[in-house]
Amino acid sequence: MSLIVDLFREFAILSFVAFGGATALLPEMHRVVVENHQWLDDTTFTHLYAIAQAAPGPNVLVVTLIGWHVAGLGGALAATLAMCLPMSVLIYLLIDSWESFAGKRWQRAISIGVAPLAVGLVFSGATLISQAAGLGLAAWLLLAATVLANLKTGLHPLWFIGVGALLGLLGLV
Amino acid sequence: MNQHQPNQVRPDLRALFLGFSSVGLSGFGGVLPFARRMLVDQRGWMTAEEFNAQLGLCQFLPGPNVVNLAVLVGKRYRGLAGAIVAPVGLLAGPIAIVLLLAMLYDAYGSLPVAQSMLRGVAAVGAGLLFAMAWRMGMAIRDKAAFLPFAALVVFGIAWLRWPMLWVMLAGLLLSGGLAYWRLGRR
Repeated sequence: MSLIVDLFREFAILSFVAFGGATALLPEMHRVVVENHQWLDDTTFTHLYAIAQAAPGPNVLVVTLIGWHVAGLGGALAATLAMCLPMSVLIYLLIDSWESFAGKRWQRAISIGVAPLAVGLVFSGATLISQAAGLGLAAWLLLAATVLANLKTGLHPLWFIGVGALLGLLGLV
Repeated sequence: MNQHQPNQVRPDLRALFLGFSSVGLSGFGGVLPFARRMLVDQRGWMTAEEFNAQLGLCQFLPGPNVVNLAVLVGKRYRGLAGAIVAPVGLLAGPIAIVLLLAMLYDAYGSLPVAQSMLRGVAAVGAGLLFAMAWRMGMAIRDKAAFLPFAALVVFGIAWLRWPMLWVMLAGLLLSGGLAYWRLGRR
């Protein structure tokens, strides 16, 4: 039970810095669940991230998987709720006054200012996943090919995930 | 925001649940584009301008953007009940699927074949993240002035492993401060 409370508390705190969504939160999530609490190891962390990528739904579901791994169904629901609830309540209460701030200088400054920070966070998350996954040369090539192909073609991400799974299955990466 | 165009549809709770379920289940690696297609193009619940304005607040606040968006759309049409039903619809199906996968992982995840498959998916997943960061970076209007802040965040978080809260607060102060100053100059 106390584990579920811990999960809820940690993810509720995390939700307050999740500028750019759950993806931007990967490095901090890794610090909390792998380094501080040692709820899971590097390999499991990247596996759970990989599973979340392969499943449909919002990116936040990686949190559900971590919660499940740490404390079963209760953990999965607690972590997901902790991640979504605080900001949902805040946004529910804030929306009306937000409309009256539209176009204010400070509001535009924050919107502009947050964007490059989110870029840095997502990039850090990508670095972290590729380091923690313990990739070999072939896997790095696959990673680079994915970046290029994703930027140059309009292919659905699921194709890339399928190719990654297949190459892994064949023992090529 | 409560004035609706005459040709706009007012979804009931059932429609909200089903609409957002379809968004949650059809999106892979980020569902926002699917949310936009459902809300604006398919169901006509809001105009493109309304969508951008609402998304602005969702991106301004931390938290999963698309969940926040579901709360807003739900509230707009059906008040508190809608604000609960819409995000639940968005998440219920995907959570069920992901938990099913988690059980498979618990049962078979330690098999070498599953391990190598997941390694392949992780490599691709990391690649998709790098591509996403690249795209987000290219969308920033004044790159010379603001992309250095992205580099600072990478340095602080990925290299030095500083806690995110402090990096974000300091970053927002610097980057938001610069934006504020430049907005005033014009």
